[in-house]
Amino acid sequence: MFLIKCPWCGERDQSEFHAHGEAHIVRPENPDQLSEEEWGDYVFFRKNPKGLHYERWVHSHGCRRWFNAARNTITDHIYATYKPGEPKPEIDVNDPIHGNPENQR
Amino acid sequence: MKRYSIFSLLRNSVNYHQDWQANWRSPDPKKEYDVVIVGGGGHGLATAYYLAKECGITNVAVIEKGWIGGGNTGRNTTIVRSNYLCDESAGMYEHALKLWEGLSTELNYNVMFSPRGLLHLAHNVHDMQEIGRRGNAIHLNGIDSQFLTPEGVKKMVPFINLECRYPVLGALLQPRGGTARHDAVAWGYARAADAMGVDIIQNCEVTGFKIENNTVTGLKTSRGMIGAKKVGCVVAGHCSVMSEMAGFRLPIESVPLQAMVSEPIKPIIDCVVMSGSVHVYISQSDKGELVIGAGSDLYNSYSQRGSFDLVEENIGPVLELYPIFSRMKMLRQWGGIVDVTVDRSPVVSKTPVNNLFFNCGWGTGGFKATPGSGHVFAHSIARGEMHPIAEPFSMNRFNSGALVDEGAAAAVAH
Repeated sequence: MFLIKCPWCGERDQSEFHAHGEAHIVRPENPDQLSEEEWGDYVFFRKNPKGLHYERWVHSHGCRRWFNAARNTITDHIYATYKPGEPKPEIDVNDPIHGNPENQR
Repeated sequence: MKRYSIFSLLRNSVNYHQDWQANWRSPDPKKEYDVVIVGGGGHGLATAYYLAKECGITNVAVIEKGWIGGGNTGRNTTIVRSNYLCDESAGMYEHALKLWEGLSTELNYNVMFSPRGLLHLAHNVHDMQEIGRRGNAIHLNGIDSQFLTPEGVKKMVPFINLECRYPVLGALLQPRGGTARHDAVAWGYARAADAMGVDIIQNCEVTGFKIENNTVTGLKTSRGMIGAKKVGCVVAGHCSVMSEMAGFRLPIESVPLQAMVSEPIKPIIDCVVMSGSVHVYISQSDKGELVIGAGSDLYNSYSQRGSFDLVEENIGPVLELYPIFSRMKMLRQWGGIVDVTVDRSPVVSKTPVNNLFFNCGWGTGGFKATPGSGHVFAHSIARGEMHPIAEPFSMNRFNSGALVDEGAAAAVAH
């Protein structure tokens, strides 16, 4: 993960970017009706997967725009980056080169 | 267990050290245990030890995927301190520090706990206010700490460059803070627990839980099914993987934390120096290596290696504060996966599954808590109710809002 492809700027050095955790978390539609459990789950609880992770990044030392990435948290390989609002790309975690090492055994 | 003493040392030295007893057995797993601890690091082994020693539960197994002490217990920078701001944290870490002070005698194993003094540097007005506030809070909790002037810092670390880019304006000293030998902590707890009948099962990976009526009854492992009346999970960076197997999420994300050691040199620094602002901490091991740590990488990862740019961020402040080290070579650099919560406080908690307990979220600073964490977790598992010191660290605090906000409050450097 030395180079990250910003969907707007192209490939740049990793040090220009910051990660901001799990992507595709939808803000609750009825915030005034949520219980403490639901608010806590929305704000603090995360999947934190070992393997394929859809996450948010920001090109903080570049165009300063946000985007999403599909990355393997075991190998740090980035499968794809895509703009906010675009659908999740389908990823083959059994990919022989960049899939989960544990699935390849 | 044969006790270590000057006599056993003499007896074995005349025998060319051929007769030392193995420190622990490697038993096959039994069908069922009263308590199974998942994770054979310092916290897990300490839990098993205190279960056997203080709670009278000896039908206990510690299950470890790799080898004991091979995870974050063997990867940290060995710093021990209790100078935390929040009352809840002070309770937990001071409980641990008091146990550290008698640990070698208690375990009959030299954990090389060295209360050599720990400095926390202040580099700007905000830092000075922060150490003022925290130092006074620490005093109110009855924990030792002293304010030092830059001259006082220079006296303790004569080669420090006070007039660096972010000049040193003062420091908070905890004289009882220091270091301990991390491997010895795992081995000492393992040996003492094993002597009381705890089974330590290495190379045994947990692949799932057996849960009936929302109550855990056993574990699926690479060595077959192991029954368990109660289960304690103490797996640090992999806690989310375990919680997913049990069917719930945790308020935790796993990130890499790097550390490095230099080539060994003659004794030069006899205390621990930390800086939260320029973010580096340094001490010298008994072998002579400088042990250097800094901030964690800020992306989720299980890769056990950090990014290159963070190496530079670690080393830059070292060279600013200690130009004398500019020609030194680094010997090793490595990463561990730490389980970070938003408030930078641990999760020691019951879970939505009955009889399943989690002890995790220690993030970048769990080593110092090893004895205290194991102690309160053992009592919590044995009683089925959380120990008063562990109570504030329930995972429910993320729903109720009663966070132990050490991260925001103290600009904490672990």
